[in-house]
Amino acid sequence: MKKLLAILLAVCLMAGLVACGETATTETTETTETTEAVAGAFKIGGTAPLTGPAAIYGTAVKNAAELAVEEINAEGGIQFELRMEDDQHDAEKAVNAYNTLKDWGMQISLGSVTSKPCEATSTETYADRIFALTPSASSTATIEGKDNQFQMCFTDPNQGSASAQYIADKALATKVAVIWKSDDVYSKGIYDTFMATAPGLGIEVVSDTTFVDGNDTDFSVQLADAQANGAELVFLPMYYTPASLILNQANAMGYAPVWFGVDGMDGILTLEGFDTALAEGVILLTPFNADSEDARTAAFVAKYQEKYGEIPNQFAADAYDCVYAYKQALEAVGATADMTAEELCDLMIAQFTTMTYDGITGESMTWDASGAVTKDPKGMVIENGAYVGLD
Amino acid sequence: MKLLTNKTTRSNTITYAVVVISFVLLQLWSGAGMSSSLKGMLVPICAYVVMALSLNLTVGVLGELSLGHAGFMSVGAFTGTTAAMALAQSIPSDGLRLAIAMVVGALFAAIAGFLIGIPVLRLRGDYLAIVTLAFGEIIKSIFTNLYVGFDGGLRVSLLSNQTGIADNDLIIRGPMGIGGITKISTFVAGFVLIMLTLIVIFNLVNSRSGRAIMALRDNRIAAESVGIPVTKYKMMAFVISAALAGAAGTLFGLNYSTVVANKFDFNTSILILVFVVLGGQGRMLGSIIAAAALTILPEVLREFADYRMLVYAIVLILVMIFTNNPTIKGFFTRLFSKKQEGGANQ
Repeated sequence: MKKLLAILLAVCLMAGLVACGETATTETTETTETTEAVAGAFKIGGTAPLTGPAAIYGTAVKNAAELAVEEINAEGGIQFELRMEDDQHDAEKAVNAYNTLKDWGMQISLGSVTSKPCEATSTETYADRIFALTPSASSTATIEGKDNQFQMCFTDPNQGSASAQYIADKALATKVAVIWKSDDVYSKGIYDTFMATAPGLGIEVVSDTTFVDGNDTDFSVQLADAQANGAELVFLPMYYTPASLILNQANAMGYAPVWFGVDGMDGILTLEGFDTALAEGVILLTPFNADSEDARTAAFVAKYQEKYGEIPNQFAADAYDCVYAYKQALEAVGATADMTAEELCDLMIAQFTTMTYDGITGESMTWDASGAVTKDPKGMVIENGAYVGLD
Repeated sequence: MKLLTNKTTRSNTITYAVVVISFVLLQLWSGAGMSSSLKGMLVPICAYVVMALSLNLTVGVLGELSLGHAGFMSVGAFTGTTAAMALAQSIPSDGLRLAIAMVVGALFAAIAGFLIGIPVLRLRGDYLAIVTLAFGEIIKSIFTNLYVGFDGGLRVSLLSNQTGIADNDLIIRGPMGIGGITKISTFVAGFVLIMLTLIVIFNLVNSRSGRAIMALRDNRIAAESVGIPVTKYKMMAFVISAALAGAAGTLFGLNYSTVVANKFDFNTSILILVFVVLGGQGRMLGSIIAAAALTILPEVLREFADYRMLVYAIVLILVMIFTNNPTIKGFFTRLFSKKQEGGANQ
């Protein structure tokens, strides 16, 4: 009897949920119907980790892309219909999600948010001739050998050499320590090119230490090594969470070199419970600065904050730029929404390799045939708890 | 005794028939308007079915709980894919290369199974489960630190790339796993692998060794007292299970353009265990259906958007309750016993 009761309860719960799910889906179909009613809309799709450990990046991309689509649709002219599917930061799920999007009739793609899933989906988009512009999958493997895969973010290696170049150009230091995460694609990609570029520019790497996932809370050994070898600058190619701990622990041991980070450092000021005074003087290379005075950036940040209640990070900015770059490209070639994905793919390849785009993550961006973007990284320094342009 | 043999033969035949018929139907359907979503899942479904079947051999037939089955899948995926990539020049035929890759994957997984079996099979119950769990993590850790390249001969190094081959030309690139895989897995290959797995498992279970293995499961002390060597038979089941998982891993790995070690973590092991438990321990047809259904389910639930994983969990709970409810079970047994003339009365 008890068991039957349990089943009954579960069924009730299930029914309730189904009802919830239904209302949610009807709502979305309603909004898509209205956009379709205005004019034939281009179907943009992308896979993103909306659940799981990388959900913070996927959600940022989804939110910003939605915001951009809403703005563009409100203007009239080109209309978009956006659909993001969850890939759980997993290649297998990403391919499943991509196939779902294909069934839906996706015409142009935002690829995937994270590198490994994007590597898997880019093979599919390449085979199916669907043009893809990924906001944030930065590994070179995502675009390598695929003529219809483009990136909005820097490739990882690009950041490493740009960092070394920047340190040398500004004469920030000659003795450098590097702390990097050896089991992370992002960190390793930057580290490898940094190490390849640095010696040629007169930078001496005096300390080279690593950490791995699950062992990223105590950095005293790495910091002591950097200090003992007299490093004037410590290069931190990593995301901001471990970086915040490094800054904290270095402060505790009285070590104060110049800190140099890359775009993963973006977000450190909004990290909960982090004393921003510790980040004072940290230099980072990033294409996006949420505190910028630029009118478009300010408008984007304000709108994003109003809608989602948080400051957009670089992933969000890249996604926002992706949608606007699509808008510009589609307008330039005079594409219509009744074109097939294949026709659009050829038009987009021709257009992206020749056009120049001004966005919130960089001015006059161009793409080469490989699909990599050329844009200038901005050097930022943290002063009084805010990012300030270095140049 | 004769009745018993008849019964197993019949249930085995039903299993084979279900697999063959669904293969033929799916193959016809995929030629005529199957959605790309389902089409894309055919090969992973085959891989998961083989994983579930092979784990069922350890859990259902041998009666030992293994929580590291994804580890063997990982070994198969990495070694098999490496073999396929290294042989890309010398063997142009995709089918042959896939077959060889699967054999390599199965072989390496069997070796891994043997090595891990030596210490693990001395343990029982919870202890064995925990050690296999640890083994899965070790395998994951090894593959995140392994660098393998091919320049006529295989070059292997651990921790950092000292193979003398440029990073981008490596086959296994440490934490970045394998990239740029040419996809050669096909649904037909998956079907053949499922059939082979069924043949191996059914023949093993019906053999003298299989009966010895089941005797160990049912009562170890009694089995030992009549002279059945415990370690030998446990090892036999464990290694065969590992080898089949390795072949499934190769099939899975060669279906995507990229493979990373983190994919084959604890969660994947548990997922496969869920297939087995849901399908019924020792029941092969159950494993096949559960693996296929639970692989498709999360994709079908995509229309629930944000509630997807929640609905998935609830469906799982419901199915577990329903399949194990004595009232419902009894209902189905009665239904079947009416239809079949006395097959299910003992």
